[in-house]
Formats: sequence, structure tokens, C-alpha cells
Amino acid sequence: MPLITAKNIEIRHGATRAVFGVSLALEPGEIVTIVGPNGSGKSTLLRAIIGAAPLYSGTITRAHNLRLGYVPQTMHVDTALPLSVARFLNLPRRTPLAKRRAALARTGVEALENRQLSALSGGQLQRVLLARAILNDPQILVLDEPTQGLDQPASATFYRLIENLRDDLGCGVLMVSHELHVVMSATDRVICLNGHICCEGTPAVVTAAPAYRELFGSGTGGALALYRHDHDHAHADPQVHEASH
Amino acid sequence: MILLDDFMVRAALAAVGTAIACGALGCFVVWRRMAYFGDATAHAAILGVALALLFSVSIPLGVLIVSLGMALLVGRLSGRAMTPDSLLGVLSHSALALGLVAVSLMPAVRVDLDAYLFGDILVVSRTDLIVIWGGAVVVCGLLAWRWQALLAEVLSDDLAYASGLNPARDRMMLTLLIAAVVAVSIKVVGALLITAMLIIPAAAARMIARGPEQMAAYATLIGVIAAISGLYAARYFGTPAGPSIICGAAALFCAASAVGKVRG
Repeated sequence: MPLITAKNIEIRHGATRAVFGVSLALEPGEIVTIVGPNGSGKSTLLRAIIGAAPLYSGTITRAHNLRLGYVPQTMHVDTALPLSVARFLNLPRRTPLAKRRAALARTGVEALENRQLSALSGGQLQRVLLARAILNDPQILVLDEPTQGLDQPASATFYRLIENLRDDLGCGVLMVSHELHVVMSATDRVICLNGHICCEGTPAVVTAAPAYRELFGSGTGGALALYRHDHDHAHADPQVHEASH
Repeated sequence: MILLDDFMVRAALAAVGTAIACGALGCFVVWRRMAYFGDATAHAAILGVALALLFSVSIPLGVLIVSLGMALLVGRLSGRAMTPDSLLGVLSHSALALGLVAVSLMPAVRVDLDAYLFGDILVVSRTDLIVIWGGAVVVCGLLAWRWQALLAEVLSDDLAYASGLNPARDRMMLTLLIAAVVAVSIKVVGALLITAMLIIPAAAARMIARGPEQMAAYATLIGVIAAISGLYAARYFGTPAGPSIICGAAALFCAASAVGKVRG
């Protein structure tokens, strides 16, 4: 039985249709990546799935008592709020100390327990957010462009961490990404979104699909070029990375 | 009850009650950047006074209704063509001007405008005390009840939704509480300085607090100290009570900043 099922949903921002005609089902243990150009409704779809964006039509059904862990795209922590990492992990539900420490250790930030949230770097905050998301032993992890603002090596490490977490916890992963080339290797299924679902399937199927090439493959190479480089591994990535600066 | 007949004791009780109502709520005003929102709500209170007199209802009730109406109007209009600070600037000052004009149309004997602009703590009645302390209990009780959820919502609405919370409803509650605080504290500090009573103790507490609960506790404590010392200073120097209380809070803000600097 799927963890989350969306049936023919439509989400509007005022009069504009941000997402329409989208149906999808997330199976336990599956890694699903949603890709699409800016403004394609990726984040909106994800917000609807966590219950933050109201549906104009259609339905979203969750498995009974679904445990969901959510990692937002960014979280601006104002210095006006004094809040330690340990206290943050107690929001909104209090969690036993041992469990909080285990979650921080799992995402590699156990040393930050008593630091102020507003003093963390982008990468540290992402790992703390991930630690918070796994506190309730989630059946599904939902991540919205979790590597935004991280450099390429840091992104790669972060994705590897998510992969390991999936293997350890046996949870499904639903992730929005604009960096198709990085998440490709771990993803079971890619959904290419541009308001509606243009194409979906395994990474290989999607990159070969005409609809995908139309979205990502035109112009000056861009994402498709990066993706091709990914096949020759280690030394290609840094070169591309340098060239893009 | 003889004790309560002493006007100074009544004034002190009113000031302390107001400080308690403002302490923890003021932290949310600071965390959520609602200072201008507080101003707009407070300025609308003058209009509330005028309308309460016109329709012969109790002044706290009139203030509560008009302040709440203003708060809801701000919520309804925000996110449109204007930036929030322009919108609040328009609404806040329009409400104040409209209130001042409305009050000036009242027969002069009925309204002491200064009392509502700057507070008139020395004529606080027993009924006022009940309103103030009742308001303080409701504000603190609701904040304590929703504390965890409200904190999570300060950080991120999406995170709160994903945890099954309803940030929109809780935001509405904060709006309501701010209107309530305006209604109960207008007699103590006056419409022009209510926001100061919300923000200055909380900002001072931020300088020395390590956690959100500590900040709320310090803000309340700083507000209470400012209320009592300001009141007695006002009596000693013959200065208006409301502004004197805010001066006390400002002095404590400076002290807290210094302590925060020294501690690093």
C-alpha cells in the first residue's frame, strides 16, 4: 500500500494554476526525485503533500498514522530568537535526550547540540534539520531542495547521507531537486514536473524522454551536459564546477 | 480591601498586571517582527475610545473591538500591492488621525484625550484592575498552552504544517492577544506607548537570555521592574506615569545590553 497517494490534484496561486492534473503514489522505501525548471510547481507540490498548501481540487491520501519527516528548503533563523539545537529538536514535540543525541550523531552534528541555531552555517543547519526530521522514525522523508546553498562536494556528501539513512531506516524519500545530475545515482524514480507531470520513470528513462530534453536539454548544454559528465565520475565534476564559475 | 483603596497600590497593581500581560507576548512580537503591527493595533485604540463613548459601551470593550478590527484588516490587506511596512504605516497613522478627529467631535467634558494617549494610571479603578489582571491571565494562559506550537511556527510555517500544526489559526490567536493587550494596557501606558511595553522588555531580555523560555521570563521580570520603578519615579518627580515606565524599561534595556556585552 502506498504511503501517500495524490489523485488528480490542482493547486492554484490566485488565478494561476501552479500544479494541475498531478497523480502520484509513493511506495515504502522508494526514493523519488521531483525535477523541473524554476516555477514548475515543485515546491508547491511538496507543500501540498505536507499539508501546507490547500488543494484547489483532487485528493491527497496518507497511510493511517503516517510518520513523516520534513526538511524545508531553507529556514531563516532570526538572531532575535535564542534557541539552541537541543531545544529546536524538542519542537513542537518533546523528545528524549538519548533519541535527540542519536539523531544528531547519525547526521554527523552531535558536537552542535548546545550551539545556537542562528549561529550555524548553511551546511550545519541542513544536517540539524535532517536530524530533526528523523526523530520520529519516519516512514517517509520529504526534502525540498535540501542542498540549496551547499557547494558541490557538500551536496554530494549530503545526498550520500540521505541514501544511508534510507538504507538504515527503511524509509521512503521524496525530494525536490534542481540538480538532477547529483541525485540521479540514488533515485529509483524521477518525476519531471512542469505544472503537470511531463514524464516519469527511472533516471535513464527520463533523461531519454523527449519531454525531459525539451525542458533541460535545450540551450547551452546546462543540466544535460552536466549529467553526461557524471558518467566519467571523479575528475569530471570538479572541472564542470570550475567552469561554471 | 482597604489596601486597594490606596490609589498608589492600585496603580502599582495595574502596572504590574500590564507588564505581565506584555512580557511573553512581547517576545513573539519581537520574534515575528510584529512591532509595526502592534503600533497599528494600538493607534486604532483611540478610535475605539471615541466609538465606545459614542455608543455608550465600556471603553476596554470598544478598544478591543476596534483594535481587533484593525488587526484583522491588516491581515486581510497584507500580501497585496504594498510592502507590509507601507501598509502598516498607512493604516496605523490613518487610524490614529481618525481617532483624534473623532474624539475632538465629542463633548469636551467627556474625554480627557491625554489619558488615552499617554495613560492615566493614577485613576485606575477596581474594575480596571479586574480587566487588566483578567487579561494578563488569559494572555499568559493561552501562550503557555500553545507555547511549543507557537515557537515552531516562529521558525517555519512549513515545518509546523508538516508536524500537523495549524500556523494560520495560531497566528490569528496572536493577533487577538495583541488586541487584548492593547485594550487592557491603554489605561496604564496609553495608546502611543503600548508597543514599547511589548518590545522593550523583550528586546532587553534577548540580550541576556539563552533560550526562549528564559527570554519570556526575563521580559516579564524586566517589565515588572520597569513598571514599579517607573511608577514611583513618576510620583517622586511629578512626571506622567506611562512614559516614566517606558523610560524605566529603556534604562533596563541599556543595562541588559551592557550585561550581554560583558558576558559575550
